[in-house]
Amino acid sequence: MSQVRETPLKPQTLLGEITKNGVTHVLWLPDSETSWLYPLIEGEPTLTLVTLTREGFAFSMAAGLVLGGKTPIIQIQNTGLMESGDSLRGWGLDLETPVVMLIGYRGWTRRGATLDSAAVYTERFLNAFNISYYLVESDADAPRISLAFEETRRSRRPVAVLVGDEHIASNFGYAR
Amino acid sequence: MFETREMLKVFQQYRGDAIVIPGRAKKHWSQISTQPRLDLTLSDVAMGGHAAFSFGLALALPERKVVLFDSEGDVLTGLGILPVIADHQPRNFYHFMLDNECYATTGGQPVPNAKRTSYAGLAREAGYAHAYAYEDLAEFSSNIVRILEEPGPVFVAMKVVPEVWNGDLNRWKVPRSRAQVLKEFREQLRITT
Repeated sequence: MSQVRETPLKPQTLLGEITKNGVTHVLWLPDSETSWLYPLIEGEPTLTLVTLTREGFAFSMAAGLVLGGKTPIIQIQNTGLMESGDSLRGWGLDLETPVVMLIGYRGWTRRGATLDSAAVYTERFLNAFNISYYLVESDADAPRISLAFEETRRSRRPVAVLVGDEHIASNFGYAR
Repeated sequence: MFETREMLKVFQQYRGDAIVIPGRAKKHWSQISTQPRLDLTLSDVAMGGHAAFSFGLALALPERKVVLFDSEGDVLTGLGILPVIADHQPRNFYHFMLDNECYATTGGQPVPNAKRTSYAGLAREAGYAHAYAYEDLAEFSSNIVRILEEPGPVFVAMKVVPEVWNGDLNRWKVPRSRAQVLKEFREQLRITT
């Protein structure tokens, strides 16, 4: 019996989804799940990269950018998302800020037990805030990112994209 | 120390067409401002986020001055935003900070190191273009024109008299709802998002 492995999620695919949806600002606190996207964002002239020091700032900053007519995307890890609960509540939900959150899903696995508590609590956290989310694990899942943009524009609520398969060095044969 | 209300009356004379985020000074500012459609009186959204919110607005609208009246409690909650703002050097961002040395809305408990922290020093060393500290209203008043003419990011720490209140915060309710504030702001600047 043969098993077809899907094409891993490439950073170029993520960048394509970001630019296709009119993003102007990337609010980022670097995480290992999406680290290979960083140089691509830096080199993309249509995007302004804002490197943050705390994930909660991403929600208040996104609210300001949206109010000023821009289209930010938030790129953080699930650990930082959980640290940001009050900012998500106030600046994201109460101010009705339409923003897509690209969340590095640390600890996510389809095989065996989930050992990392960061993964154990991620979806429970999103459900507690009634935040919609889309799981993206391969290039074939990438169109879900556009669905997230459509939903956030329609609902005027933050929407999450969980990056469940790291587009990391091992996917491309790179050395870290 | 000086009264927040008196300081705002001075600022109002030189505000021009700046966007103002009054933060915890909203109860006074809503009675002083002559351009409420340019005021983002958002009430207590979430502690520590006003600086990042205002910075985002300043990046989005670089042709407009954006003036924030932050508090030392909020700044202490989110000190890490100072180098982020400094990294981008928004020339239109003016970060005023009301320092009453306490958490006034919870009964006036002192903030950590209330008497000795130099907030202007923190902002300066983080990389703000200019940073000042005032304890005297006359000195503030004689410098406000120059401050607002300088390219940002500018940080202004001000020692203000605590207005301690540990009760119903609706006592300080502002005249417009949050939804109305946002709607009128968008209309004023013709922003469609």
